[in-house]
Amino acid sequence: MNDVGPVRFVAKNMRLDLRLIAEMIAPDTRVLDIGSGDGTLIEHLFRTQKCDARGIEIDMAEVTRAVGRGLPVMHGDADLDLGHYPDGAFDFVVLSRTLQAVGRPRAVLRQMLRIGRHAVVSFPNFGHWRVRAQLLFTGRMPMTRTWSRMWYETPNIHPCTIRDFFALCAAEGYRVERWLAVDDEGRRAPWRRFPRLANLFGEQALFLLSRNGEKARP
Amino acid sequence: MSEAPALPELPAPIPHQAVSFADGLALDCGIRLARHTVAYRAYGRLNAQASNAILVCHALTGDQYVAETHPLTGREGWWSTVVGPGRPLDTDRYFVLCANVLGGCMGSTGPTSPREEPAGAERGVPEPWGIDFPAVTIRDMVRAQKRLVDHLGIRRLFAVVGGSMGGMQALEWAASYPKAVFAAIPIAAASFHSAQNIAFHEVGRQAIFADPDWMGGQYWRAGKVPARGLAVARMAAHITYLSEAALTRKFGRRLRGGQGSSLFEDMFEVESYLRHQGSSFVRRFDANSYLTITRAMDYFDLAADHGGDLAAAFAETKTRFCLVSFSSDWLFPTAQSRAVARALNRAAANVSFVEIETDKGHDAFLLDEPDFHRTLAGFLAGCAEHARLP
Repeated sequence: MNDVGPVRFVAKNMRLDLRLIAEMIAPDTRVLDIGSGDGTLIEHLFRTQKCDARGIEIDMAEVTRAVGRGLPVMHGDADLDLGHYPDGAFDFVVLSRTLQAVGRPRAVLRQMLRIGRHAVVSFPNFGHWRVRAQLLFTGRMPMTRTWSRMWYETPNIHPCTIRDFFALCAAEGYRVERWLAVDDEGRRAPWRRFPRLANLFGEQALFLLSRNGEKARP
Repeated sequence: MSEAPALPELPAPIPHQAVSFADGLALDCGIRLARHTVAYRAYGRLNAQASNAILVCHALTGDQYVAETHPLTGREGWWSTVVGPGRPLDTDRYFVLCANVLGGCMGSTGPTSPREEPAGAERGVPEPWGIDFPAVTIRDMVRAQKRLVDHLGIRRLFAVVGGSMGGMQALEWAASYPKAVFAAIPIAAASFHSAQNIAFHEVGRQAIFADPDWMGGQYWRAGKVPARGLAVARMAAHITYLSEAALTRKFGRRLRGGQGSSLFEDMFEVESYLRHQGSSFVRRFDANSYLTITRAMDYFDLAADHGGDLAAAFAETKTRFCLVSFSSDWLFPTAQSRAVARALNRAAANVSFVEIETDKGHDAFLLDEPDFHRTLAGFLAGCAEHARLP
């Protein structure tokens, strides 16, 4: 898991994805971006929304690049390092396209909602029709643009569907404040309001969560 | 306080830029120095708001000659690749300051300084402190630096930067004077000196003690220097500053050209290299200073000073931290920096943390490491933006 990074957006989708995440984050708040890569999102949040945004990244080359750009990023591992932050240290904790690659997704989510008032989570949807069709018709593990690595070397060891994620949130008692699914171009589509349709046609999912009892987003 | 005149009784062969404080300095050991001198060098210009000052803290055997020809050795400053115009610590933008540590031997008060005579003591040339110099701590060193910083009219340092023992000082600065430190960059450092590190220091100290010329620490009385003991201390320490890979790359098992006539002449290149390190070191460093400063490092345990919780040392801190470690450093390994980073996380501090991939060991912070230099420059530039530095 350390030698291959998690799935990343292809370049043309990158800005759009980060913009969608940024839209969920209130200005002037404290933000932790887990898996911050080269720091594009935290730089965007600092420059355009005056956030106190920081990052954790497991890939040392990316950390060096981000710190070399003046961004507060530390080398760390979502599975190991979140436990060291105090409760409520952040307003928003972001996990973009990394949930499926961590060792213990449920524990990471719990940590996110312990150290943050809100969690923003995006992940590739394993329920997409192309994934389902490939498994059904070929009987082999799906290989798509998103799920592009062989099963024996993929870092994406915990794939889930949009409905799986709703179920986990319900079981853990998280409130889904907002959610959306986008197609492979990163566009929001008309089926976005219907979880079952989104689970079939959505390539990526994005959720804004809070602990139950937490005030709605400012 | 006044600019220190070169005291005629000082045995120092060269004058150092220095400031003396006549109102004394209370040390952690309970002793109060009646007066003390801080020798320093500065590069670049302090701006009108005094907001662009970077304090560089030197390591065990370093000194204030960071970016200029060293007055004793004639060699380049020890961080001239890092400090200077257009360098990571850009002297066109920042005012870069470095003070010789308390206990040192390059002009700041230390074992070679004249001993304080009790009031009414008889005449004559005061002797140096020698081995009787009081025990000092990293915090004492930082206190002395704070006096200098105050004296220069700097209310808040833009950054405190240091490697190894200098990194310990940077951590101590951030813990002791959080409001006076906008950014702290502890490099290849730790929040405490480990048992292994203390053990290596003890080997060096015993080598000095075992030298007949040490004479119970009063070698200056006989006009001697415990050169062999100090050289062995330096040789042992120098091994810990390198890595196995670096030694192999630089020397391997290569033999010296000439054939030795006896079994223990310097047969291997690595031996001759270490001997050179040892003999050149004794020409510029005082043995009692070496004892004093290694002890100060051994005492260092920042968490113990804060009820055993390192996070408590940084509670509520607004300082921006950048921790840097080097992958092949086994003296101050990455795990030590990571432990500091995690303590800073517990304090919800703003912390960047990078491990630089290199085979050069602990000494990498002194060497040409492009990723390290980019990290320094980038972190400082980011901080300058947050500090609204012009």
